[in-house]
Amino acid sequence: MIKHFPVLVIIIPLLLALIAPVAGRINRIYSWVIAFLATLFSFIIAAILLYQVMYSGTISYWMGGWEPPWGIEYVIDYFSAFVLAIVAFLAWLVTIFARKSVAAEIEEKKLPAFYGVYLLFIVGLMGMIVTGDIFNLYVFLEISSLTAYALVAMGKSRRAPLAGFRYLVIGTVGATFILLGIGYLYIATGTLNMADLGARLPGLFNSKLVITAFAFFAIGFSIKIALFPLHTWLPDAYTYAPSAVSALMASTGTKVAAYGFIRILFTVFGVRVFLEQWVSVPHFLIAVSSVAILMGSILAIAQTNIKKMLAYSSISQIGYIILGVALMNPTGLQGGLLHILNHAFMKCALFMSVGCITYKTGITSVADLKGLGFKQPYAMAAFTVAALSMIGIPLTVGFVSKWYLAMGSLENAMWYLIPVILISSILMLVYFWRVIDNIYFKAGKPIAEVEVSDAPASMLIPTVVVAALCLVFGTLAFIPVSITEKAALLLLG
Amino acid sequence: MDVVTSAMPLYAILISLVTVGLVLARPQKPVFREFCTVASAIVKLLIVLSMLPWIRQGAIIKYHLLTVLPGLEIVLRVDALGMVFALTASFLWLATSFYTIGYMRSHYEEDYANDRSVDRFFAFFLIAMASAIGTAFAGNLFTLYIFYEILTLCTYPLVAYDKTPEALYNAQKYLAHLLGTSLLFFLPAIFLTYYYTGTLDFSTSGIMSGNAPDSVLAITFILFIAGIAKAALMPFHAWLPAAMVAPTPVSALLHAVAVVKAGVFTFIRVILFIFGADLLKELNPGYYLAYFAAFTIIAASLIALRQDNLKRRLAYSTISQLSYTILGVALLTPSGVTGSVLHLVIHAFGKITLFFAAGAIYIVTGKTEISQMDGIGKQMPFTMAAFTIASLSMISLPPAGGFISKWYLSMGTIEAGQLALLAVLAISSLLNAAYFLPIVYRAFLKPTLAANGQQVNIAKIKEAPVFMVGALMVTSAAILCFFFEPGVFLDLARMIVAAM
Repeated sequence: MIKHFPVLVIIIPLLLALIAPVAGRINRIYSWVIAFLATLFSFIIAAILLYQVMYSGTISYWMGGWEPPWGIEYVIDYFSAFVLAIVAFLAWLVTIFARKSVAAEIEEKKLPAFYGVYLLFIVGLMGMIVTGDIFNLYVFLEISSLTAYALVAMGKSRRAPLAGFRYLVIGTVGATFILLGIGYLYIATGTLNMADLGARLPGLFNSKLVITAFAFFAIGFSIKIALFPLHTWLPDAYTYAPSAVSALMASTGTKVAAYGFIRILFTVFGVRVFLEQWVSVPHFLIAVSSVAILMGSILAIAQTNIKKMLAYSSISQIGYIILGVALMNPTGLQGGLLHILNHAFMKCALFMSVGCITYKTGITSVADLKGLGFKQPYAMAAFTVAALSMIGIPLTVGFVSKWYLAMGSLENAMWYLIPVILISSILMLVYFWRVIDNIYFKAGKPIAEVEVSDAPASMLIPTVVVAALCLVFGTLAFIPVSITEKAALLLLG
Repeated sequence: MDVVTSAMPLYAILISLVTVGLVLARPQKPVFREFCTVASAIVKLLIVLSMLPWIRQGAIIKYHLLTVLPGLEIVLRVDALGMVFALTASFLWLATSFYTIGYMRSHYEEDYANDRSVDRFFAFFLIAMASAIGTAFAGNLFTLYIFYEILTLCTYPLVAYDKTPEALYNAQKYLAHLLGTSLLFFLPAIFLTYYYTGTLDFSTSGIMSGNAPDSVLAITFILFIAGIAKAALMPFHAWLPAAMVAPTPVSALLHAVAVVKAGVFTFIRVILFIFGADLLKELNPGYYLAYFAAFTIIAASLIALRQDNLKRRLAYSTISQLSYTILGVALLTPSGVTGSVLHLVIHAFGKITLFFAAGAIYIVTGKTEISQMDGIGKQMPFTMAAFTIASLSMISLPPAGGFISKWYLSMGTIEAGQLALLAVLAISSLLNAAYFLPIVYRAFLKPTLAANGQQVNIAKIKEAPVFMVGALMVTSAAILCFFFEPGVFLDLARMIVAAM
C-alpha cells in the first residue's frame, strides 16, 4: 500500500473529482464534503511522503510496473515532496474556507460542477509535481490550466468570464510553447523521462534544436508563472475569480508552474550548461526578474481594488522566486525555493482575509476599508501579519526569503541585487501600509455605522492558521530550511 | 570574563508582554490596567536590578532563546552597556507609568474608562517597553534588529493615537523614516556584516577586523550610520518632530528615552562591538562621524531656537543632544566613550522631565506655545522648578547631572586632539542656554497677561494631578543626584571603556 502512495495522491482525488458533481445532485453539500475529503486525503499522503523522503531519500514509482525511461515514472524527491506538501496543505485549508465563501459567491446550482472542476485543478497541480515524465507534466499542466480558466470564469463579477477568456488565450499560447519544447527535445533525444533527458542532453547543447526547445520552455513557463512582462493574464484573473479560487490560485497555481520551470532548468537541462555554456541565460533571467520585482510593486501601488493590488504584488513575488533560481548557487536557489513556501502562505492568508471582508461587506476598494480593523478583528489581524510578512519584518517568513536571496546575491558578487530586493520591500510597505492605515487608523465613515462582524469560523480559522504559520515558519525557519537545503543541493547536482 | 547563563533578561522582557495580555483580557477596567501597569513596571525594575550585582562583578549574563536559522540566533546578553540602557529605561518607565495614568485620566476624562482605545494605548506602550529592554539585552545584531523593528511598529499606533489627519500624516512620516531607513540601509549593513564575517555576535574587540576589505568596511559603516535613523542624526531626523503629535507620555518616554536611546545605543553597539575601537582607530572614519554629529548638534539647536511650540523645541533639542552621544563614541577615546554613555543616561532623565513638564502645563492650562507661558511658574511652581533643573542639565551647568557628561565629552575631544569639536560643545551649551533660559525667565519673571493686555494676578497654585507632578519631581531629583553621585552609571561606563 505505502509504495503506491505517489500515485494514490493523484488517483484518489481524480476519481473523487468525477464523483463530486454527481454526488452534488443528491445533495449540494456532498460535493463539498467530497472535495474536503479528497484534499484532506492528499494532504495526509503528502505529509507521509515528505516524511519518508526526508527519512530515506528519493522515491521512484513506476507506473504499471514499466521501467523508466519506457514507462512513466513518478518521482518524489526532496524538492517535489516539499512543494507537494505545501500545495496539498493549502488546498485542504482553502477547501475548508471555500464552503461558505463559495456558497456566497456562486449560484447554488453551479456548486457541484464547481467542486468537480476545483478538485481537477488541484489534481493537475499535484500531478505536475509528482511526475518524472516531461510529457506527463504537460498533460497535468493542461488539466490545471483548463480548469483554472473555468474557475476564474465562475466569478460573480460580470467581468469574470472575460478575465477567464483572456487567461485562456494567453495560457494556451504558453502551453503550446511548452508542448513544442517537449516535442523538440523528444526529436533530439528520443526520450521523455526527465532524468533520462538530463543524462542525454549534455553533448547536445550546441544543437539548434535543443537551444530552440529551451527558448520555448523559457517563454512558455514565463507565461504560466506570469513573469513580467508576460504577466498580463494574471491581474484580472485573480481579481475577478471567486475569493476561494483567488486564494488557491495565487498560493499554488503560479508556484507549481515555477516548480515545472525549475525542474526543466535543473533536472532536464542541468545547472552546468548555464554556468559553462549558456551563461547569458541566468543573467537574462536575473535582469527580467529584477524588473518584475520592481514593476510588480510599482503597479501594485497604483491599484485601488484590493484584490488587484494583491495580484500585482504576486507578480513582484514571482520575481523573487525566479531571481533566487537564476542565481544558480545553493544559497540563492534555497531563497527561491523558500519563497515558494513563504509566498504561498502569505498570499493565501492575504486573499483569504480579503475573502472574509468580501463575504461580510462586499467591499473591494482599499479606500472603503476604513475602520474595518475593529469590526473584523481576526481577519484583519491575519491580513496585518501577512502584510508585515510581505514587507519582510524579521521573525516573519518574508525576512527569511530576503535573507537567503541577499546572501545568494552576495555569493555571486551581485551586490546590486540587494537594493532591488529592498526597494521592493519599501514599495510593499507603501501599499500595504495604506491598507493597514485604512483598517485601523482612519476614522471609519462608510461602514462605521453598519453592523459588521467577523466572518464565520469556517472561514476565519483557515485564514488565521495560515497567517500564524507565516510567523511560525519565520521564527522556526530552520524547519523549512532543513528541507530546502537538501532540495537545493539535489537540484544543483 | 565570567559568562552566567540565566533567563532573567528574558523575564525582564516577558513581564511587559504578560501585562499586555492582562490589560487586554479585562477591557475597560481603568483601575485594573493601572494597577497592572505599575506593578509590572516595578517588577521589571526589580528584575533589572537583580542582575546588576553580577554585571558589576564583571560577569556577562547570556541566554540563548532559539535558533531561527543556522547562524541567525536569538540570544539575550546583559553586559555593562546593556545594563546602563536597561536601568535607565526601566527606572524611567516606572516614573512614566504613574505620569501616564495621571495624564490619560485628565486628558481623556470620560473616554478614559469607556474607550477601548485606551486599553490598546497601554498595551502598545507595554510592548514598546518590552522591545526597548529587548534592544538593551540583545546578544547579537540580529536580535537587536528584531527588537529595533518591533519598537518602530508598536510605537506607530501611539503616534497615530489621536487619529486626526494631522496625527496620521505625522505617524506615516515617522514610519517612513524609521522603517524606510532600517530596510534600505540597516538591513543591507547586516547582510554585509554576516556575509563577510559569518557571525553577528557582539564582541568587545569587534568582529569586522581582518574579515572584509576596506571598501566594504567603509560601505558597511556608512550603511549603519544611515540605517539607524532612531538616533536622529541629520538628515534622517525629521521623524522626531513629526512624532510630537503623540500624547505627551509617549513623547516623554518613547521619544526622549526608549526609541531615540535605542538608536544611539545601537550606534554604540555597532561602533564598539561590531567594528571595534581598534579597527576604527586604524581606519579613522570615526572623525567623519564626529563632525557629522557636530553639524547636527549645532544645526538642530539653531532650529530649536526658532520653535515656539514647546514640544517641538524639545524635539529639536533631543536631536541635538543625541548627537552628543554619537560624537562621544565616535571619538573612541576613554573619556569620550564614558561621556557618551553617561550622556545617554543623563539626557534621558533631563529630557523626560522637560516633556513631563510640557504635558503638565498642557493638562492644567491647555497651553502648548512658549509665547503663552508668561508667568506660568507662579501657577505651577513645582513643575517649573523641575523644568529649570532639567534645563540646567541640558545646558550642562552644575549642580545638574548634565555637567558630568559634558565634562567627560569635553575631555574626550581634548584627548582626541579635536579642539574644533570642543568649541562645538561649548557653542552648543550657549545655544541650549539661549533656548531654555528664556522659557524659565518667562515662567517665573514675566507677568501673565490676559487677552486684553491686562495683567492677571495668579493667587492660587494650580498644579497637575499628583501622579504627574510626583513623577517629574522624582526625575528632576535624580538629575541633581547625578551631579553629586554618578555612582553606578559611572562605574558601568568605566567597565565599558576598560573592555575596549
